[in-house]
Amino acid sequence: MKQLVILGAGTAGTMMANHLSHHLKKPDWQISIIDEKDEHHYQPGYLFLPFDIYSPGDIVKTIEEFIPKNAELIKGKIDRILPKENKIRMDEGTEFNYDILIIATGAKIAPGETEGMEGVEWRKSIFDFYTFEGALALRDKLKDWKGGKLVVHITEMPIKCPVAPLEFSFLADSFFKHKHMRDQVEITYVTPLSGAFTKPKATEALEHLLKEKNIHIEGDFAIEKIDNEKKEIVDYGGRSIPFDILVTVPTNKGDELIERSGMGDELNYVPAHKATMQSKEYANVFVLGDASNIPASKAGSVAHFEAEILTDNIMRFIGGKPLKDEFDGHANCFIETGNGKALLIDFNYTHEPVEGSFPFPGIGPLRLLKESRMNHMGKLAFRWIYWNVLLKGTHIPFVSATMSEAGKQYN
Amino acid sequence: MEKIIAGKSIAVNEEGYLTRFDQWDENIGETLAGEANIQLSPRHWEVLTYLQNEFKKEVPLSIRKVGKSGVVDIKEFYQLFPVAPLKTATKIAGIPKPASCI
Ligand SMILES: Cc1cc2nc3c(=O)[nH]c(=O)nc-3n(C[C@H](O)[C@H](O)[C@H](O)COP(=O)(O)OP(=O)(O)OC[C@H]3O[C@@H](n4cnc5c(N)ncnc54)[C@H](O)[C@@H]3O)c2cc1C
Repeated sequence: MKQLVILGAGTAGTMMANHLSHHLKKPDWQISIIDEKDEHHYQPGYLFLPFDIYSPGDIVKTIEEFIPKNAELIKGKIDRILPKENKIRMDEGTEFNYDILIIATGAKIAPGETEGMEGVEWRKSIFDFYTFEGALALRDKLKDWKGGKLVVHITEMPIKCPVAPLEFSFLADSFFKHKHMRDQVEITYVTPLSGAFTKPKATEALEHLLKEKNIHIEGDFAIEKIDNEKKEIVDYGGRSIPFDILVTVPTNKGDELIERSGMGDELNYVPAHKATMQSKEYANVFVLGDASNIPASKAGSVAHFEAEILTDNIMRFIGGKPLKDEFDGHANCFIETGNGKALLIDFNYTHEPVEGSFPFPGIGPLRLLKESRMNHMGKLAFRWIYWNVLLKGTHIPFVSATMSEAGKQYN
Repeated sequence: MEKIIAGKSIAVNEEGYLTRFDQWDENIGETLAGEANIQLSPRHWEVLTYLQNEFKKEVPLSIRKVGKSGVVDIKEFYQLFPVAPLKTATKIAGIPKPASCI
């Protein structure tokens, strides 16, 4: 029996196991999926935990319930890939062979990369919301905080869901307004980018919102260190910004197993072809989701679009046919803007987010790049879609893996 | 669009980055540095040459990568090109602004 092994049973790995379970069956193929955790977290929900909009129960389920019956779930920590021998070595020493490997081990925060981040103030006045523990610690801090300087900060790009820190700022504005203490809180958004976002049209729209909500923006800030004593973040140019609460997105990196395998770049991401997801070095290795170095957003929606194309490509690879180089970097994300509203953006490698309607050209019901309540309902519905549609690898009606240009206002 | 730099008509984008590296020469580098209030020293040139070589090899650039290159550390990179060093240095070097991916 041939072996297809998936590393990581998060968003991307789980979707892939479900897709492939319809195509690869015993006795020809055995699908195995390996993860060290028992729980599957809906990570987009971390954004809402600090504001008590979601509670932990809303975003945690078991890994097991989403794995198809004909795939074998193996629990344990992966030590490394031995790509020249087509083998996986587990931490306790067991080895598995593979014919085809899919790497979906994701990305995680690495606060140790920045001097002083994990100092005495870590989780006292320095927080992250990219982990479950971080988001809960922040929730407890915000509960009875009396106000002061709130600094929302991105350490360096790329990060998972690059709009999440902006959403955090918007939700914080709305949170303190509801608590009738917005005038006690000064919110500053600090980014290594020149503006609120990387693409000009969306930057314009988002900066307008920041201004409207009285959130100050500091761009081009490359952090050197955090001074725990003075409670300041300091950049390489000598600029410093004081905080009472720092909500930072630390450097994001791929898992150390990639480094141990000698397969990663300087951030432990695996180099892959951006249109096919095939590893640049090993033809029988594919990389899906946040673990890859392709220049697409690190987002669940991207992994979803990738998985549809990768399923085709795995079948082509098995059949000895050329791969489809179709993935265009399609990303689609809701941006919470506070007060029950949200924006929606849709973009790919070559097209920046623009205005228009989605998914039906000219009709919507969702509006691109415009704040609306409908978009907010869309964001909340995303959690349901995630658990019930995305993870199961079901195609979302009317939304294609590659981007549609109809109904959008390009000029 | 076109811009006259050091007496020549050069193809640039809206942000002033050269769109054709083959049009770049050292005079253009000096002029663009002047626009950013930077006087180029031999040390600047070492960094600019390194960036151009990475570009030719199609290696995506980031501050982190420059810092680990062995050519210059991040601290010195900031001393050489004080404001947004990677964006400034790539513009002077005549190569595209690094796409910090999204
Ligand atoms: C705060 C926040 C908000 C977000 N908001 C959105 C949003 O609104 N929309 C959106 O589309 N996306 C959003 N995302 C991004 C989305 O959650 C990720 O892009 C997605 O989960 C990536 O899936 P993945 O499978 O690549 O990685 P993951 O889901 O992280 O899975 C990786 C898996 O690999 C396992 N693993 C790693 N290393 C090992 C090892 N050595 N041994 C064993 N197992 C290992 C891990 O245990 C994990 O289960 C958000 C993320 C965050 C943090």
